[in-house]
Amino acid sequence: MYLLNRQQRHVVNYSWMIVSLLLVAFLPFFLFLGLYLKSFLLLHDYSLVDLIFSREWRPSNGKFGFYPFIVGSVWVTLVAMIITAPICLLTAIYVTQYTKKYFLRIMHPAIDILAGIPSVVYGLWGILVVVPFISRYLGPWLEIKTMGYSILAASLVLSIMIIPFVLNILIEIFKSIPTELKEAALSLGATQWQTVKSVLLRKAMPGIIAAFGFGLARAFGETMAVLMVVGNVVRLPKSLFDPGYTLPALIANNYGEMMSIPRYDSALMFAALLLLIVSLFFNLVMHFFIVKYNKY
Amino acid sequence: MTLAQKIEERFFKVLMILATYFILFILAIIIYSIFEKGVKSISWEMLTQIPKGGYYYGKDGGILNAILGSLSLATGATVLAFLIGLPVALYINVFLIRNKKLVNVIRFLLDLVWGIPSIVYGAFGFMLMIFFGIQTSLLAGILTVTLFILPIMIRSMDEILRTVPIGLMEAAYSLGSNKSETAFKIFTRQSISGIITAVLLSFGRAIGDAASVLFTAGYTDNLPNSLMEPVATLPLSIFFQLSSPVPEVQNRAYASALVLTLIILIVSLFSRGIGKRYHKTKINF
Repeated sequence: MYLLNRQQRHVVNYSWMIVSLLLVAFLPFFLFLGLYLKSFLLLHDYSLVDLIFSREWRPSNGKFGFYPFIVGSVWVTLVAMIITAPICLLTAIYVTQYTKKYFLRIMHPAIDILAGIPSVVYGLWGILVVVPFISRYLGPWLEIKTMGYSILAASLVLSIMIIPFVLNILIEIFKSIPTELKEAALSLGATQWQTVKSVLLRKAMPGIIAAFGFGLARAFGETMAVLMVVGNVVRLPKSLFDPGYTLPALIANNYGEMMSIPRYDSALMFAALLLLIVSLFFNLVMHFFIVKYNKY
Repeated sequence: MTLAQKIEERFFKVLMILATYFILFILAIIIYSIFEKGVKSISWEMLTQIPKGGYYYGKDGGILNAILGSLSLATGATVLAFLIGLPVALYINVFLIRNKKLVNVIRFLLDLVWGIPSIVYGAFGFMLMIFFGIQTSLLAGILTVTLFILPIMIRSMDEILRTVPIGLMEAAYSLGSNKSETAFKIFTRQSISGIITAVLLSFGRAIGDAASVLFTAGYTDNLPNSLMEPVATLPLSIFFQLSSPVPEVQNRAYASALVLTLIILIVSLFSRGIGKRYHKTKINF
């Protein structure tokens, strides 16, 4: 019935497992090493400080300043997080503390669907709804001239994209807080909101920080949706209504021409390396917050 | 309760309710605007034809190339990721079960890899392609997307496999089965529904992601017919059609977005339904 005997099958299965495991475990190192080696050419010719803080981006003249892209990415990410954070926190508290169980059963599929919508579709929705909203209503209302394609548009789209991600973690965290703690507070005469404020939030703080951190890292690397609504203008944005450019959008927009200009490919790989480092760093730090949270 | 406390209580409760319904409202708006725009411009012709001459100026044709391309790319990547992911998840939960420290390190590494943005995988895949001298092709796309969905696949299988009770493992050993038999015959059967869910989840991720295939899979108007040729994908077809100035082509982007969203919704519905179905092979403790 079998081609191999039992012992041989065991050996085959075992080596299959080990090889797969090694491949997966070394994946982050491969990624880092590959991108580093590729961007080495650029790092060799320019100093790191120059690359990061120079404002001039003219690849055909050999000028590679990543500052506008880094600033654009940071703006988009931070504004998105400022919008998302309170919404997610309030919702997570509401669905775990104030409502009956069935409400979570309604929320979960909704969160799943939000999480499943691909980023191109979010981008398309941004172009259809968010960009016209900003250029036709919000801009004129605030008496600001804007195309609609702006940092703000990207942040709004992004803030919705990371809701399911952050919300899921927050719900898990609030669910894991023991009921006895809340009961103790309530029995001392605290109101429900006082309990939430002084027991729940304090206890969950490391977890909440971690959830926001993971969301931040996710938002920082988001490509397509941001690319479609941010405007893609290499300039330091002065206000939220200015168009900008982000690091992932830079890579995605220019892969076609990068082989024709010297060091251009190196520069784009350096951008990818920056993204990788930011993502690994954030996830690393936030992981320790989660570990700290689990210890209590 | 003082009045101030009462007001505070009320105030935050209202805020919370607003936030919750805001999320549901946004979801409804997104779904509504995609369907409203998409249904208007979708047609049978779009689903069954490949782009003909002048398609990108508003002439006849459809997006069959992108639909089939996306399906073959996502299927290939999911199968490959399954073949690498299942043994890893089993190894962690059967062979390393007594070595909690190592397991935690591996889980931590997987979480790190999960957080890496897909554009980085795209750039990495592109670099590998140049290194090995491969052109943009279905194969390059599959390999890149495999790397991207691997952590998702493994971590979601792992979450299911770690709930298998240790008694089941001990029973299998006591009947004389060795570790790999326990892993592949007992553990997989016990958690089959969760494994299928993990596979479907990864498939949904694979089919929806654009940034990782942008460099590696290329784009073509032909149907996919070989691993070594470029392949069209739905997310990219949406992206390209949307950047056209011709209104008809933009309308097709809305229709393509509807198709993609529907595929993903169906896949996620399936994965919810399947959890309930495969209870027969599961031993309840």
